[in-house]
Amino acid sequence: MLIRIITALIFLSVSSLSMAELTIQVNKGKDDPVPIAIVPFGWQSGLTVAEDIASIVESDLHRSGQFAPLSRSDMLGRPRNATEVYYRDWKSLGVDYVVVGTLSQEVTGTITANYELLDVNTQRVILTGKESVSIDKPRYLAHTVSDKIYEKLTNIRGAFRTQLLYVSAVREGGNRTRFRLLKSDIDGANESVLFDSREPIMAPTWSPDGQKIAYVSFESTRPAIYIQDLRTNARTQLTSFRGLNGAPAFSPDGAKMAMVLSKDGSPDIYVMDLASGDLQRVTNHFAIDTEPAWMPDGKSIVFTSDRGGKPQIYKVNVSSGSVERVTFEGDYNARARVLADGLGLVMVHRDSGNFHIAVMDLKRNRVEILTTTNLDESPSVAPNASMLLYATQYDGKGVLAAVSIDGGVRYRLPSRFGDVREPAWSPFLQ
Amino acid sequence: MKYQAKNMFLGVAFFSAFLAGCASTDTDGSGQEGADSVSTYTESTDSMNDSYNTDDMANLETVFYFEFDQATLTVKARQALDAQIARLKKTTGPVRLEGHADERGTREYNIALGERRAISVADYMAINGIPRYRIETVSYGEERPVAFGQSESTYSQNRRVELK
Repeated sequence: MLIRIITALIFLSVSSLSMAELTIQVNKGKDDPVPIAIVPFGWQSGLTVAEDIASIVESDLHRSGQFAPLSRSDMLGRPRNATEVYYRDWKSLGVDYVVVGTLSQEVTGTITANYELLDVNTQRVILTGKESVSIDKPRYLAHTVSDKIYEKLTNIRGAFRTQLLYVSAVREGGNRTRFRLLKSDIDGANESVLFDSREPIMAPTWSPDGQKIAYVSFESTRPAIYIQDLRTNARTQLTSFRGLNGAPAFSPDGAKMAMVLSKDGSPDIYVMDLASGDLQRVTNHFAIDTEPAWMPDGKSIVFTSDRGGKPQIYKVNVSSGSVERVTFEGDYNARARVLADGLGLVMVHRDSGNFHIAVMDLKRNRVEILTTTNLDESPSVAPNASMLLYATQYDGKGVLAAVSIDGGVRYRLPSRFGDVREPAWSPFLQ
Repeated sequence: MKYQAKNMFLGVAFFSAFLAGCASTDTDGSGQEGADSVSTYTESTDSMNDSYNTDDMANLETVFYFEFDQATLTVKARQALDAQIARLKKTTGPVRLEGHADERGTREYNIALGERRAISVADYMAINGIPRYRIETVSYGEERPVAFGQSESTYSQNRRVELK
């Protein structure tokens, strides 16, 4: 019996370690976040839900940096619906909004949340919602509620139901390293291994519909671009040209793949038609041209080039091949990712010898540095452009971090082991 | 015993002071001075096994080092390569050159930089009589470091081409 308990404990600790490679810590918040109370949801008797829905909603809103959730221990009551709410109590606690709700099982195998968002100052219900999901997806239910509340209060589409891809490298004795391509919910939960290898994995990226991913793997001892279907996990090798095969980027319509190849000499940007396999050379320069990212209209691509002596961002028209320089501020600007509206981009920017993440307003040509750590790289923007993920170093390890696009909010997602890098924020997945 | 320990302490202190001297010259991460002082450092350690025998692979340098953001061969790297070329001319097998970079700069740029380094070694070999078809180049960029940490001495060990 004792042995069985010990075995169970060992199993538990091992599985929790592997399941939770990322944990969230908010290290800098906005100056004036909106005070909100997410009251623990009531539930129908007999129903057991594996997760604390209200606590996940609270964590989502907290992480956005735009909200300051009230601690549960400070709550004067636990109303489950609007009729049980004493507005005066919440007003005395300085709360602007209250969320109440109940969980029930209306159809076998599902779980339903009925919830209300209340404005304490006007003493009105401003949102009434009902969401149902399969019983094994309680976190998805919570993120759905978070999205609805966020949308109601900010007028910005919520991105709490999105996911991220990233690469971890774990050094195992000698000079061996285990590389893993991982996918998790945007809060680090539900992590799964999509591919693992003794050889490097690089540059994971999403298809615009979120159903496929592409990445570079050195499993053949040479770099090659692979596409993996997330529903079937089937992998196909897209390229294995001589030289570099890197930095894949699906076009906004999903029909083409931009990439870096050096088969014709120096690294240049190419575009492959995914249906026909036809390859078009887009840049042709003896310098390093790399890190392509599509503009939202699919007509041009921004990329990094050191053709001017130092890495800077350029833009090339895919059909005409005409190139213009985009960045002029600083002696190092690289790996741009374009905001969904096409009006700005995020990139790696060197300032006083340190590598930071910066955002550039393409209309005003203004660059703003968002991060304060060194060796910051691989920025990836949320589909609602509210935040971006990037890779940095903390305590001698590669970690992922997030920063709001205005620089006001920052949090870190440290890994429990190994180095993590190259985060890729998914598109909206619904 | 006491004397020995004191001596060792002095040695360590001297060595760290020497390393600190190397690191402190590289102030902005792109300084030529930093890279120069490192090549001095490798030279001084390498001079200890200068007496290699060209017939003995075990004594030949198989790793060639580069300066920051550079793909041109240093004098030191060229000397080491000359010895390898002399050996390779007596063989016929394939030669694999793996290019690497330090972690500064973006990963994709570093992959390109590693390739430039591998190609510059390949070009030097080809000019000096090793047939092109024997040479394969591959770049790992910053993905396969041999030294860890954020010091110039770490970085200089990772900026390399390995002959396999």
